[in-house]
Amino acid sequence: MSWGESRTITLTVNGTSYTREVEVRFHLADVLRHELGLTGTHLGCEHGVCGACTVLINGRSARSCLMLAVQADGAEITTIEGIADIDGPHAGGLHPLQEAFREFHGLQCGFCTPGMLTTLIELLRDNPAPTEEEVRIAISGNLCRCTGYQGIVDAALATAKNLREATAPA
Amino acid sequence: MKPPAFSYHDPATLAEAVALVATLDNARVLSGGQSLMPMLNMRYVLPDHLIDLRRISELAHIRQSGGDIEIGGMTRQRDIEYSDLIAAKLPLLHEAIHWVGHRQTRNRGTIGGSLCHLDPAAEMVATVVAFDATLIAQGPSGVREIAASDWTLGYMTPSLAPDEILTGVRFTPWPDGHGAAFVEFARRHGDFAIASAAAMLTADGAGRITRAVLTIGGVGPAPVRLTEAEQGLVGQLANETAFAAAARHAAAIEAIGDALVPAEYRAHLAGVMAKRALAKAWSRIDGKGKLAA
Repeated sequence: MSWGESRTITLTVNGTSYTREVEVRFHLADVLRHELGLTGTHLGCEHGVCGACTVLINGRSARSCLMLAVQADGAEITTIEGIADIDGPHAGGLHPLQEAFREFHGLQCGFCTPGMLTTLIELLRDNPAPTEEEVRIAISGNLCRCTGYQGIVDAALATAKNLREATAPA
Repeated sequence: MKPPAFSYHDPATLAEAVALVATLDNARVLSGGQSLMPMLNMRYVLPDHLIDLRRISELAHIRQSGGDIEIGGMTRQRDIEYSDLIAAKLPLLHEAIHWVGHRQTRNRGTIGGSLCHLDPAAEMVATVVAFDATLIAQGPSGVREIAASDWTLGYMTPSLAPDEILTGVRFTPWPDGHGAAFVEFARRHGDFAIASAAAMLTADGAGRITRAVLTIGGVGPAPVRLTEAEQGLVGQLANETAFAAAARHAAAIEAIGDALVPAEYRAHLAGVMAKRALAKAWSRIDGKGKLAA
């Protein structure tokens, strides 16, 4: 059922190209979830406060509830379903940050995790040696009600350290 | 929560965009969307037309012209944050931009969008007021320049006609070696400031203040430039007493109160922020004399 104007757009999500006709009023998160079936991107508040819907758009983190799907026409998008395949290949099949979340108890219910991971992946690309305060500021726009954040911060700092050691000249 | 139905327009040129705002009824301009999208999702706004500026590349730039620096309205906040030119020439803006929302919203949000949305706590509005910057708007009859002091007509109401688009803002940098500081207090980093302060200072070799700017954001319906406090600072030896006297002007602003933040607390914080901003700006001046006792 359609209630208004539509447009045909093409999105590349996790390396796969999708062409869909979508209503111009749909935000990107709804198109990812409802049209493409990529339900790993979570919607908490739908007004830009909780950060759960954060995805990477052309490598930059953004809240997918705060942009229209038509604005992402032609963009390359990475969602939680695709992050194990970026910055890789990774032994064990998970992104190092995902592994660290498991090791440091960076998640419990998992609702905020897709947004936390995409946000922190961008932070570690921008700033490979963040301080604890910089990590806390980076996730200040992502709400977690389970972990008290400590496990998430520990996971991010450990990942940064491991990545620095892995790329340091011997 | 879903946006209401509207017609979507994404013109490729400024001229087309101006023609659309001038002719369409009940239209809203979409810039970075970090304020307008929540309002659409929650249906606070119900436009018939949305005019998205994202394809107009001429509106996204940071450039020097003469001694001034001009920033296009569609320049993303992130690009300002990571600009070496801004860091070198407009340190107050460089520091203020880090307080704007979060990393994810700065990636999308634009300086023009923030200036037009005109939230009382918006760091970009406080910054243009501190600089006395010039805002540049384009309408069907041409370009209009607006002084930052004339930009706010009232609560969240910019001096922009329904048929105009804000195309950019022009800053005149302060001399090399000046001191600048932007400080704010919020419950959580990235939340709207309960109070913010922006200060810029220059000094002579004897430690006397030669030029001062002090702006308070988040406290009144729009940022307040404390001209009396500034005049009081010029000619003074920079010390605790001088900064405290200036901060009393900040604490005297008629503050907005709400369910979470009583007006008295906001006014108190305005004074605290003013003092901190002045001390921090002072500490950053090159070649100043010693801080007088």
